[in-house]
Amino acid sequence: MKLKNSITRITLSIVLATLGICAFVKSPSAAPAPPALSLTATGATFPFPIYSKWFTEYNRIHPDVQINYNSLGSGAGIRQLQAGTVDFGASDVPMTDDQLHQAKVPVLHFPTVLGAVVATYHIEGVTQELNFTGPVLADIFLGKITKWNDPALASLNKGVNLPDADIVVVHRSDGSGTSFVWTDYLSKVSPEWKSKVGASASVNWPVGMGGKGSEGVTGLVKEQPGALGYVELTYAIQNKLLYGRVKNSAGVFQKADLAAVTAAAASEARKIPADFRVSITDASGKMAYPICTFTYMLIPSKFDDAAKKNGIKDFLHWMLTEGQNDAEGLFYAKLPKDVVARELKAIAQIN
Amino acid sequence: MAIAPNAADRARFSRRARQFLKKLRHGDEVAHLITLLAASSIIVVTLMLVYQLFINSALPRHKFGLEFFAGKTWDPVSEEFGALPFIYGTVVSSALALLVAVPLGVGAAIFLSELAPLRISNYLTFVIELLAAVPSVIYGLLGIFVLVPVLRTVVMPFLKRTLGFLPIFKGPIYGVSMLAGGLVLAIMIVPFIISVSREVLLAVPVEQREAALGLGATKWESTWQVVVPFAKVGIMASIFLALARALGETMAVTMVIGNDPKINASLFAPAYSIAAVIANEFTEATGDVHLQALIELGLVLFLLTILINGLARLVIIATTQKGAAQG
Repeated sequence: MKLKNSITRITLSIVLATLGICAFVKSPSAAPAPPALSLTATGATFPFPIYSKWFTEYNRIHPDVQINYNSLGSGAGIRQLQAGTVDFGASDVPMTDDQLHQAKVPVLHFPTVLGAVVATYHIEGVTQELNFTGPVLADIFLGKITKWNDPALASLNKGVNLPDADIVVVHRSDGSGTSFVWTDYLSKVSPEWKSKVGASASVNWPVGMGGKGSEGVTGLVKEQPGALGYVELTYAIQNKLLYGRVKNSAGVFQKADLAAVTAAAASEARKIPADFRVSITDASGKMAYPICTFTYMLIPSKFDDAAKKNGIKDFLHWMLTEGQNDAEGLFYAKLPKDVVARELKAIAQIN
Repeated sequence: MAIAPNAADRARFSRRARQFLKKLRHGDEVAHLITLLAASSIIVVTLMLVYQLFINSALPRHKFGLEFFAGKTWDPVSEEFGALPFIYGTVVSSALALLVAVPLGVGAAIFLSELAPLRISNYLTFVIELLAAVPSVIYGLLGIFVLVPVLRTVVMPFLKRTLGFLPIFKGPIYGVSMLAGGLVLAIMIVPFIISVSREVLLAVPVEQREAALGLGATKWESTWQVVVPFAKVGIMASIFLALARALGETMAVTMVIGNDPKINASLFAPAYSIAAVIANEFTEATGDVHLQALIELGLVLFLLTILINGLARLVIIATTQKGAAQG
């Protein structure tokens, strides 16, 4: 009798649960019909937070357009775009001429937001913001400056009591746009870095140890006294990391913030070529922070499908105008106004 | 339209069908087919894997040839790729892991199967099997935030003070290091060794133990001289299972090993493993040679695993013969 009771109870609860699940499954089908236009994209991880916000926001305004973004990395974005398996790609690094040749249709670069990379450190007893110059950072990462109290560092930071401690260099171990910007800057300010190491998403680091991802680098820097590493500005702000000022080419020790990053792009605006493929590290403006980069959407210039073409054009227009207002809330720097104006004209090249 | 079948044909057909159905009913044919399919699918997958790795690594194979195995430089900018530091890091970190995990794991298994009361043994085994299911990224995080600081502030300075004359304990102390990588791997593979070894030890027939005790052996003598040798092959198998996991482990290793592709005698120095560099660089590898060099590293890891497993089989054969002679 007791057994029968419990069986009944179990059966009843299963039936109820099934009904509940059915009700749950059924309710979304009452929502609007599936989107008429679905776009897929693959690319960089660095801008993923802002892209996903944009795609969701855009979908809210235009319920018939759905954009699916797969943040597999810039390399994957470029390869899948070349192979034609996605509608568009995204990359922190502009495509090389070779890569452009390998693509089935000509590819256009559209800068979306700006990022910056900062030098973060952990020295026992030092809580001030340190001053760095490009050549000094290059010499540290080349293993030529090995102590925190090296005269080159001490003369930049008078009044800071720098200890006689080893500098432990920490870099990204995973291939990343962050590393590209960092090494691109070091290549510009140090001929020795340029010839010995060069600029790339992954390089053969002369000294130091690698952390996986921004969180890996931050973890190592926090745990290791004497450590010096680099992370994206976005990540440094969100995690309230201590990071240094870097001397720009106008001679000003500039602290990285969103305004200084936009200023860097604005000061380089005249030098930006028609295809937007440009490095804006070591920018010339007084207000400019020198280690900055555009991040790009890579858009094919030809679409066979008119609906896709119009969908993308409309999205780009929205992203460059209204979408830009979302950037700073997520700690990305906005594009300067004249770059936006030029990009809006470039949309016409998609056909 | 169709040729009208004559009666004899029809009879033959129906007889065959009946025979087949009968076999089906007995299940032999079905079981045979299904198991054959399962077995061959594994071979097919393995062959396809090797084929794909081979095809997709043509560029660096032609460019570097056998130099790929001996090269010490890994430079994506100048497109110069050598696998030696990664092979070294993989082999040494895995060996280090076994060195720590085998005595610990086998010891624990002996305790759980032979000495502990059954209830405690069952509880502990449950906990150990839970450990085996923890995702490796969790071990990596524990490695960064717990193990590495302890190594840097306590263990490594101690080793340097006491055994610093050995080349493996020389050089600056960072915490993240080959030693940290090996220890995290050891922690990760111990549950495998314990759990499989315990099952194997429990499967040793009671008669073996009773016979040993009957001949006047103590409990420990019977365990160490009779039960453990009897279970040797199974224990070895558990160790190789653990080794396979150590060789291929990615996440936990990359978080604590320091990711520096240099060959350094000191266990205090950062190192790099094959699986870690593939995971790290694959997503952003834009150059064709770079990408294919990473795929070739996958092939190298595959070969390394085959090589080590082959050696392992030889060890099993050698030791089991010795064990039989002793018994």
